[in-house]
Amino acid sequence: MTHRHIVCDPDKCIGCQLCEYICSATKEGEFDTLRSRIRNVRIEPTVMLSVSCRNCEDAPCVVACPRDALSQRPDIGTIRVDADRCNGCGWCVSACEFGAILLNPRTKKVAMCDLCADNTEPQCVIYCPKEALSLATPEEVAQKSRRQVVARLLQELL
Amino acid sequence: MYSYTGAILRIDLTERKSWVTHVDESYLKTYVGGVALATRLLYETAKPGADPLGPENALCFAASAFGGTIVPVGTKHGVASKSPLTGFIGDSLASSYFSLALKRAGYDGIAITGQAQGLTYLFIDDDTVEFRDATHLRGLECFATEEAIRRELGDENVRVASIGPGGENRVRYACIGNDRGRQAGRTGNGATMGAKNLKAIALRGTHAIRVADLEGLKARSLPLIKAAQGAATEKYRILGTPSNVLVMNRIGVLPTRNFQQTTFEYAEEVSGEVMHQQFTQKAVGCSGCVIACEQIAAVHNGPYAGACVSVDYESLYALGPNLGISYFPAIIRLAELCDRNGLDTMSTGVSIGWAMEAYERGILNASECDGLDLHFGNHEAAVALVPKIARREGLGNLLAEGVKRASAQLGRGSDQFAMHIKGLEMPGYDPRSLKTFAMSLAVGTRGGCHNRSLAYEADVKGEVNRFTAEKGRGKIASEKEDLAAVYDDLVLCKFLRGCFKDFFAEASELYTLVTGIPMSPAELKQLGERTVNLKKAFNIREGWTRADDDLPYRLTHEPIPDGPAKGHYITPEELRLEIDDYYEARGWTANGLIPRQKLRELGMDDIAEDIGVDGPEA
Repeated sequence: MTHRHIVCDPDKCIGCQLCEYICSATKEGEFDTLRSRIRNVRIEPTVMLSVSCRNCEDAPCVVACPRDALSQRPDIGTIRVDADRCNGCGWCVSACEFGAILLNPRTKKVAMCDLCADNTEPQCVIYCPKEALSLATPEEVAQKSRRQVVARLLQELL
Repeated sequence: MYSYTGAILRIDLTERKSWVTHVDESYLKTYVGGVALATRLLYETAKPGADPLGPENALCFAASAFGGTIVPVGTKHGVASKSPLTGFIGDSLASSYFSLALKRAGYDGIAITGQAQGLTYLFIDDDTVEFRDATHLRGLECFATEEAIRRELGDENVRVASIGPGGENRVRYACIGNDRGRQAGRTGNGATMGAKNLKAIALRGTHAIRVADLEGLKARSLPLIKAAQGAATEKYRILGTPSNVLVMNRIGVLPTRNFQQTTFEYAEEVSGEVMHQQFTQKAVGCSGCVIACEQIAAVHNGPYAGACVSVDYESLYALGPNLGISYFPAIIRLAELCDRNGLDTMSTGVSIGWAMEAYERGILNASECDGLDLHFGNHEAAVALVPKIARREGLGNLLAEGVKRASAQLGRGSDQFAMHIKGLEMPGYDPRSLKTFAMSLAVGTRGGCHNRSLAYEADVKGEVNRFTAEKGRGKIASEKEDLAAVYDDLVLCKFLRGCFKDFFAEASELYTLVTGIPMSPAELKQLGERTVNLKKAFNIREGWTRADDDLPYRLTHEPIPDGPAKGHYITPEELRLEIDDYYEARGWTANGLIPRQKLRELGMDDIAEDIGVDGPEA
């Protein structure tokens, strides 16, 4: 079984940061892009992509934590942080190849995307103006990519 | 306070001092943000009669009440100084990450005065302000300056607004660039900055933005975000503003060859459609933008291969048809050169267009043109000229003054085709057959600008007969001007304007949800009127007289030679009639001065004392 995570389509992403605005508002009660669990990366002039926790199988961040502060929900794969145990050492941040872990500058503890567990759909997906964000498993991403590449090849043949 | 901090950062570059002053909620409700707040700070801070390029001018920045929140397309900031081009109000807007950083650094505004000893940049790191040496950045282009400072400070969250060689050399229409391709573009605020020896402002803001009613704001913003993906913004999203090229050409208002014609025989080759099909890589957005109008165009082969920059209609008109240039890659290259050198694309294009006409008429001879063949359509000459303007070399030194001063300096009748209003070069709509717009341009406080008035809508959309001048246009123009001002103050992008059903009701509600400050639709409407009067008051203080509300000679004397608007022009009598009508609609005197009572009504008692006249009760 594979977990769903927030997938960003770089062709649709316009670099607006609205995902960061709404994430911080939802999780922190105020707008603070530096405390967003999803981060938009923009390499001028045209490369833009939002990155958040991928809910990896056997998540390396959980393994890396020296204080057993992180645990993975078996059902949806999101990572829980035990705030009493986390001391903000950053081992998990280094272990994450996607840079998807937030070391909260206020609390000095880590946080990651929990897919807005209490909601039916993550807020960033709802507010993304260009529908660049969606919830998908890696297999669903692969299916979509395969369809796109074949469609493109067909178009070039015609 | 919500969203606002009430803190205004004051910087004196001469003394290398910074301090913070505070404004209260009623002041913020009165001036709100963006253009109005920046202008108000300028009014208070600049010495009356200051030389725009001297230490007594002020360079003021103001954040947006909506900035950094999910109110769509609200992350913008206003900039104001006394314009080195016009000597009147020089207000401009820019957007994106720098606007957000300004707000998050904890300031509603920044007012900068004085003149640094050597080239300097400011590093505003939340509460601390550092004056840093910038001599190693001298001559660096805008994009490179941003990168160099970020590298030097070692944090990619640092956001930079900078001037390029244009601003350093005090080209009078130099702009201030931020976030690789956003500009506080018009009226020469980059020259003001350069004259202060201020190369850049680097910001790191880490404060969060709190709003009064988050849930209410989320509920109101989501439908707007969705509406902004619909028909109302389609033009901006698909082709971007370059879609205007064919529209303006079809109705005969596309300025061509320095406004000698109003249709371009090669319009099809420089259209938004061609750009979209052959050159646009991607449409991107500013921080907080949900529309993404910015079309990044790239050239892949030919002499300009490698050029890559966003191209909008105004840049396209000024550097394309206005110069008789139909080779699209050259237009992209020209726009990029302007952005990199920190020059306003519009004023640059109009200045080069003026030189080309002077050359073709034999008024400028080849030796005065540094050996360049300045025939219209010669893109190689135009490309060579832009860096010369930025460095003030040869003919570039003359063109760097803007067409008003350049034509006065050159003489030989060249002022008759110097296409500026109050010294600011014209935007991309020939107003000879847009007679509401023509008057609104003439009376506009910042000069030749389409963005501070939406009066062209009345002409283009057929709300009035665009070929005639009549009483009643004054009221239309003043209302459209007030509406534009409200957008510029909140700040909201005007490209969102088709997404509201009842703008004043919805926008005033958003304002209250964000700030917690009660604001009625009527009060918001009055903000627009207040802003226009404030800017006018600044101009009056700096010596404005009725004679300054005028149009270039060509527009009031030369009929359009061909095309759908053939034969039309606005006579001095028509213009006078419309201007009289406009002053009356504004409640101003016949000479265009503001009665004291009017300024008091608008809550500006101190300004009423400064410049108000005893006149008819408004």
